[in-house]
Amino acid sequence: MKELLDLFFTFFRIGAVTFGGGYAMLPILQREVVEKKKWASDEELVDYFAIGQCTPGVIAVNTATFIGRKYRGVVGGVVATLGVVSPSVVIISVIAALINNFANIGWVQDALGGIRVCVCVFILNAVIKLIKSAVKDKATLVLYLVLFAVAVLFDVSPIYSVVISGVLGVLITKLGVRGK
Amino acid sequence: MILLRLFWEFFKTGLFAVGGGMATVPFLQDISAKTGWYTSGQLADMIAVSESTPGPLGVNMATYVGYTVGSQQLGGVGMGVVGAIVSTLGLIFPSIVVILIIGYFLKRFRDSKIVDSALYGLRPASVALISAAGVDIVLFAILRVDSIYQIGKASLSWKAAVLALAVFAGTNLVPRLKKIHPIWFIFFSAVAGILLHMG
Repeated sequence: MKELLDLFFTFFRIGAVTFGGGYAMLPILQREVVEKKKWASDEELVDYFAIGQCTPGVIAVNTATFIGRKYRGVVGGVVATLGVVSPSVVIISVIAALINNFANIGWVQDALGGIRVCVCVFILNAVIKLIKSAVKDKATLVLYLVLFAVAVLFDVSPIYSVVISGVLGVLITKLGVRGK
Repeated sequence: MILLRLFWEFFKTGLFAVGGGMATVPFLQDISAKTGWYTSGQLADMIAVSESTPGPLGVNMATYVGYTVGSQQLGGVGMGVVGAIVSTLGLIFPSIVVILIIGYFLKRFRDSKIVDSALYGLRPASVALISAAGVDIVLFAILRVDSIYQIGKASLSWKAAVLALAVFAGTNLVPRLKKIHPIWFIFFSAVAGILLHMG
């Protein structure tokens, strides 16, 4: 029980101090989980991150599940994950309540208008960063362009794009077109 | 019923959004289009708040959507918190199951050719979906139209265009600004929005 509480509160702390998730979490995980608690080694942490990135879901959550599972089995995995998401539930609920209540005020709307423009640039920046590791040859370029056009022009669930592209990835590799 | 639907929508998001926080955005857009629970504008606000508060981006956005849906559809702060918890649990449930299973054959998974080639196809798909989500928000926030088919009616707001260029330059071109936290760009944009009446 003591170990599970330790697991929960360690990941609660990590969830409360990291902004943005993903790789922003790596240095804090290194300090808290590898150096202080010794729940995982540096190599394991890098492995968890790599796998967390290519499995469904949020990377931070996946990494927490891995570390918790390694330390205290299935229950540990669940407890660590609940720990890392709990601060978000508290913090966001408070902010969402404030924004939803004040969104009708004139200057708040003006501020949100400016912020939405900023978000466009953030998404563009994310795309620029991700595209380098995703589009590496002709096949992935075509896949990117076709799926982009489909998603902009038609109202299809992103689930189809994800499933079909996974299958296409296997087919393209089998056909030997990959890397050309 | 709404809570069940909320859980199910986020369960699907958690199961199919691969590649980190931004990858959930196209799914959130899809949910908004299907249910009408929130608008594209609200989604943009959620991204901004999620970027500027602690916690993983994907989790923050799930919580925000859950709170908004709970408090607006079911009424009150209490139901908002319930909605936030339900959507977050929906999002993390599939990844907990997947990771617990993968944990048993970590090495085989990492070295698997099939996994590697599926990801080879998945990565461009994930970026394509995020790009399309970005186009949607640009249409709304900068061109002031609701869909790509209304592009003829678009009215480019010069204020928005200048602000977008300024933020892009700040985040990409100015070495001393590139490293600072995104929250400062959001703050700067909020002030610019107020001064230029961008609401």
